[in-house]
Amino acid sequence: MYPAKFEYVRALDVADALAKISSDEDAKFLAGGHSLVPLMKFRLATPSLLVDISQLQELAYVKDEGDYVAIGALTRHHDVERSGILQSHVPILPHVAGMVGDPQVRHRGTIGGSVAHGDGASDLPAALLALDATMVATGSVGQREIPAKNFFKGFLETDLSPDEILTEIRVPKGTKAWSYKKFNRRAQDWAIVGVAAVKNGSTKVAFVNMGSSPLRSTGCEGALNKGASITEAAELATEGIDPPSDLNATSEFRIHLAKVLTRRALEEMEG
Amino acid sequence: MTKIAEHDMSVIGKKVLRREDPALLSGESKFVADLEAPGVLNIFVLRSSVANARIRSINVQRAKEAKGIVAVYTAADLESEWAAPMPCAWPVTADMKNPAHYPLAKDTVRYVGDGIAVVVAHSTEEAADAASLIEVDYEEQPVVIDLEEALSGRHLVHESLGTNVSYVWELNPNPVGLEKAFTEAKYVVSERYVQQRLIPAAMEPRGVLAVPSPMGGDYTLYSATQVPHILKVMAALTLGISETKLRVIAPSVGGGFGSKLNVYAEELICLALSRKHRLPVKWVEERSEGGQATIQGRGQVQYMELAADADGKLLGVRVNLIADMGAYLQLVTPGIPLLGAFLYHGVYHVANYGFKATGVFTNKTPTDAYRGAGRPEATYAIERAMDALAKKVGVDSAEIRRRNLIQPEQFPYNSPAGLIFDSGDYPKNFEMALEKLGYSKLREEQAQRRLQSSTKNLGIGISFFVEMCGLAPSRVLASLNYSAGGWESATVRILPTSKIQVVTGTSPHGQGHETSWAMIVADKLGVPIEDIEVLHSDTAIAPHGMDTYGSRSLSVGGTAVHLATERVLDKARKLAAHQLEVSEEDLDYGAGAFSVKGAPEKVMPLAGVAFEAFTAHNLPEGMEPNLEASISWDPPNFTFPYGTHLAVVEVDSETGKVELMRYLSVDDCGNQINPMIVEGQIHGGIAQGVAQALYEEAVYDESGNLLNPSLADYLVPSAAEMPNFELGQTVTPSPTNPLGVKGIGEAGTIASTPAAINAVVDALSHLGVTNIDMPASPERVWRAIQSAKG
Ligand SMILES: Cc1cc2nc3c(=O)[nH]c(=O)nc-3n(C[C@H](O)[C@H](O)[C@H](O)COP(=O)(O)OP(=O)(O)OC[C@H]3O[C@@H](n4cnc5c(N)ncnc54)[C@H](O)[C@@H]3O)c2cc1C
Repeated sequence: MYPAKFEYVRALDVADALAKISSDEDAKFLAGGHSLVPLMKFRLATPSLLVDISQLQELAYVKDEGDYVAIGALTRHHDVERSGILQSHVPILPHVAGMVGDPQVRHRGTIGGSVAHGDGASDLPAALLALDATMVATGSVGQREIPAKNFFKGFLETDLSPDEILTEIRVPKGTKAWSYKKFNRRAQDWAIVGVAAVKNGSTKVAFVNMGSSPLRSTGCEGALNKGASITEAAELATEGIDPPSDLNATSEFRIHLAKVLTRRALEEMEG
Repeated sequence: MTKIAEHDMSVIGKKVLRREDPALLSGESKFVADLEAPGVLNIFVLRSSVANARIRSINVQRAKEAKGIVAVYTAADLESEWAAPMPCAWPVTADMKNPAHYPLAKDTVRYVGDGIAVVVAHSTEEAADAASLIEVDYEEQPVVIDLEEALSGRHLVHESLGTNVSYVWELNPNPVGLEKAFTEAKYVVSERYVQQRLIPAAMEPRGVLAVPSPMGGDYTLYSATQVPHILKVMAALTLGISETKLRVIAPSVGGGFGSKLNVYAEELICLALSRKHRLPVKWVEERSEGGQATIQGRGQVQYMELAADADGKLLGVRVNLIADMGAYLQLVTPGIPLLGAFLYHGVYHVANYGFKATGVFTNKTPTDAYRGAGRPEATYAIERAMDALAKKVGVDSAEIRRRNLIQPEQFPYNSPAGLIFDSGDYPKNFEMALEKLGYSKLREEQAQRRLQSSTKNLGIGISFFVEMCGLAPSRVLASLNYSAGGWESATVRILPTSKIQVVTGTSPHGQGHETSWAMIVADKLGVPIEDIEVLHSDTAIAPHGMDTYGSRSLSVGGTAVHLATERVLDKARKLAAHQLEVSEEDLDYGAGAFSVKGAPEKVMPLAGVAFEAFTAHNLPEGMEPNLEASISWDPPNFTFPYGTHLAVVEVDSETGKVELMRYLSVDDCGNQINPMIVEGQIHGGIAQGVAQALYEEAVYDESGNLLNPSLADYLVPSAAEMPNFELGQTVTPSPTNPLGVKGIGEAGTIASTPAAINAVVDALSHLGVTNIDMPASPERVWRAIQSAKG
C-alpha cells in the first residue's frame, strides 16, 4: 500500500505544532502513526501535511496531581503499562495499555493518539470513559477541559477541532475495583468486544467496539443503581446499543458477547 | 536399511545449528526487494476491482501524463510480447478445459485482482499514483462464487467454454466391489466437508527484478520463487527467449508454502518490459495485493462416505469432491486434488476405494499448491469421517482407529488406490502418542467436567495421517499427465584446496538445505561442515534441477547429494590406491583420509587426493583430472511419512472461543538428518494446519470481493495462540532411498487441521454438535451450540 503524496514537518514544541497545523487546512498531527499511517496507506486519509509531534518530550509524562493522575498525550502505551503511579492509583489503565496490539504497537502508539483518533474499537478510550477522565486540549486561544463523556462524538470524530492539540489526560484516583474483559481471537488483535468496568463510588461500565465510538452502558449502570443483581444488570447491558457487524462478529453475536463479558467483569469486581 | 543415526562419529542425527541463520538474523541476506539495479524501472499493476466484467474501454491518457511516468501498457500493447500463454503444466485429463491465460486481461476481467494495465515509472510511488488515474469502464457480468452453484452452469466464468467444469478425474479400480461394500455395510457415514480457501501469506511477499545484460542479449531474472529451474523453462517458452539466454536466480526467499511454486504474470511482465526498455524492471508485491495476485490454497467441497461392518471395520471409502480452480489454471492448479486422490482412506486398511474430483472455474483468484496440496484435504476428510464412524458404531474414536489401522506385517502395503506404502508401524506410533498424552486420563477429566456442566468444555482430537511425498518417480508422474519429471540432480566438487562445493537442484526458501546437505557430505567424507559450501537457486550455477516443493528435497535432492558424494569418493579411492600402490580393497576411509589396511601409517588425506586430481601429474591410466561427480537421481517410489497428532482444546460454550491447550505429535519421517530442522518443520506445520482449523479463511462476498486481504483481517496466528508443542517420534527408515529418509515439510500441516477440528467437535459432542465449518471462529462455534440446542 502506497500512501498519496504528502509533506512532512517536525514540530519543535506545542506552540510550534499549533502554528504548523494552522498553515495547511489538510494538515494532520502525527503521533505514533499507528492509526494514521494505516489509514493513509489505504488512502482513506490523504493529509497534505503531517506535523510530527512524536518527539515532543514535554508531553510524555505521568504525574501524580493529588486527586488525579495527569498523563501527557504523547505517553506511549508501554509507558502507561509500566507507570508505577498509574499502577497504584488507576490500575485499570496499565492493564488495558498492556493489552493493546503487540509490543511494537505499544512502543510507538500514544495514549493521546488513541484518544484523539476516537476509534470505538480502541481499548484505552473505553477505559477512560469508564474512569470519567478529562481531556485537556490546547489551541491557539488557550486550554480547555473536556469530560470524556462529551469527548467522543461518533465514528472517528471527537470534540477536538482540527487546530487543537490534545495535551493531557486527567484520570481521577479512587478506584475501588475494576475489571477489563477484552475478547479477541489472537493476542495481538483489536477487541471484538471489550468491557471496562470501574467501581469508584458508583459502578461505571464502558464498551469497546459496540458502536461507532466508545460507549457507556447506561442499561447496566442504571440497573445496578436500582439494585439489580449482576446477572440482571448484565442482561440489560446492551439496551439501546446497536453494534456493528464485521468479519469477526455479527451484531447479534456482539450483543451476546457484551452481556457475557459484562457479567464476568462485574463478577470479577465482586471478587 | 541401516539406521544412520547409529554411527557414532557422524554429524547425522545431531541438532546442528542452521548455517543460514546468522545472515538472515543480521539482515545480511538479500531478498528481491533489497536488490538494486542501476536505472531500474519500477512497475505497478492496476488490477480489476470487479470479479467478472467486459472491459468497454480503458483510458490511460492521464496516467501517461503523470509525473515520473515512463510508460503505461494495457494487454493490447503487450500482445506481441508473448510467444505462448501462461503455462499450466498439469493437464490432468486429455479433455481438460484450459482457457488461454495471459499476463494482462484483455477484453474480460475474471476476478478481483486480474491485471489490467502496467504503469512503468522511476519510483513505485509515482507508478501507484498514476495507476489511480487510469479509467476503466466495466460492463459487469453475473459472477460465479459458490462451488456447487458453479456446477449448475447458470452463469459462466468463461463463456466460450459453455461450462464451468474444467475436468472430471476419477479413480475407481473396482466399481462393482465398491458398490457392494456400500450395499452390504452395517454402517454408512456420509459427510459434507468444506475446505475453505486460504491465503498462503509467506513472510516475504513476491518480488521480481529482470535485468538485461549490457551485451549478448541475455537476461537475469531474480524472483522470490521456489522453482527457478521450472521458471526458466517456462519464461523462456512464454517470451520466446532462448533458454540459453535466460538465467534465473532465487535470492534469499522468505517462505513459499507452494505459493511461489508458480509462473506468475509479474515475472513475465518484468522480463518482457526489460526486453522492451533495455533496462532493469522491478516489481514488489504489496501484502494486500498478494491476497489477490498470488494463488490461494485449498477450496474444495468434499462428499465423503465410509462403509463399515458391524465391528466398525472399513469395507469401502468413496469420495466425490468439487475443487475450486479459480478463474484460470495456474502452473499445477488442476493437479492439486490428485495429490490427495490416493489417500482418502488414510492409514486404514480398506479393500474398496473410489475417488472423483470435478475441477470448476469461479470468479476468484486461481488456486494452486499450498503446503500439503491435496493431502491435508484428504487427511481432513478421512480423519473427520472416522470420528463420525466411531459415533455411529458407539466406540471411542481411538478404538475405531485401532480396529482399522494397516498392520506392520502388511508393508510394503499395496493400497486400494494403487500406491505402495513403503514402510511403517502404525499401531506402535499410535499407542505411543496416546500414552504420552495420557489419553484415558483426559477422557476421565472430560467426563468429570460434563457432569459438572462446566462451560469450559474439554475436547480431544485425534488425527493419524499418512502422506505421499518426495515427488517423485518420474514414470508415475507421467501416468498422472504431469509435464515434468521428479528426479533431482547434485554435483559434488572437491577443489584443489580441498574445499568442497555441493551444487543442488533443490531451491531452499527457509528449509535449511545449506545445513542439511552439508551434513550429508560431511558425514560421508569425514570433513568439517565449514569446508563445504552448498550452491543452489541459480540456474547458471546449478543448471539442472526440479526445485523445492512437495517435501521432496531431502528424499530426492538429499539422496542425489549423497550419491554424488559416494561417486566422488569412489574416484578418490581409485586415485589414492594408485598412489599408495595398493588395491582399492586394501584401503580404509575415515576422518577424511585413506589408510592402508594393516599399515595405518600409510595414509593419504582427501586433501592430498584432491590436489593430485587437480595437478593430474600422477593419475591412474585413463582417469580424468579433477574430483567431481554429478548425479541425477530418480526415486523408485514416493515416501510415506506418517504420524499421530493429538489436540486438546477447551471450548468456552458461552463465548464460543476455542483455546488450544495441548498439542502432541509422534511423527515418523524415517531417518532424521538434523532433528532440529525436523522439529522446526513440524512446529511451523502444526501452526499452519491449526490456522486453517481455527483462524484463517479468504472471505469473499457475493460479488467476488476478497474482504480480508490484509493481515489485519486475515488471521494468521502467532506463537501466542499456540501451546508448547510436545513432539515425539518413531523412526521407520524408508526403503525408497539409501538415506532411509521420508519428508517432513508438510506433515504437520497435513495432520493438524483435523486434529484441531476433531477436538472442537469432541468438546461439544455432548451438546449435540456434530460439525463446525472451518475456521471454527467463536461465532461459528457459538451458533453451532445454539442450533444443536434447537
Ligand atoms: C497492528 C496494530 C494493532 C493495534 N491494536 C490495537 C489494539 O488492540 N487496541 C487499541 O486500542 N489500539 C490498537 N492499535 C492502535 C494503536 O493503539 C495506535 O497507536 C493508537 O490508536 C493511535 O495512537 P498513535 O499515537 O499511533 O496515533 P497516530 O496514528 O499518530 O494518530 C491518530 C490520529 O490522532 C491524531 N492525533 C494524534 N495525537 C494527537 C494529539 N496529541 N492531539 C491531537 N490529535 C492527535 C492524528 O492526527 C491522527 O488523526 C493497533 C495498531 C496497529 C498498527
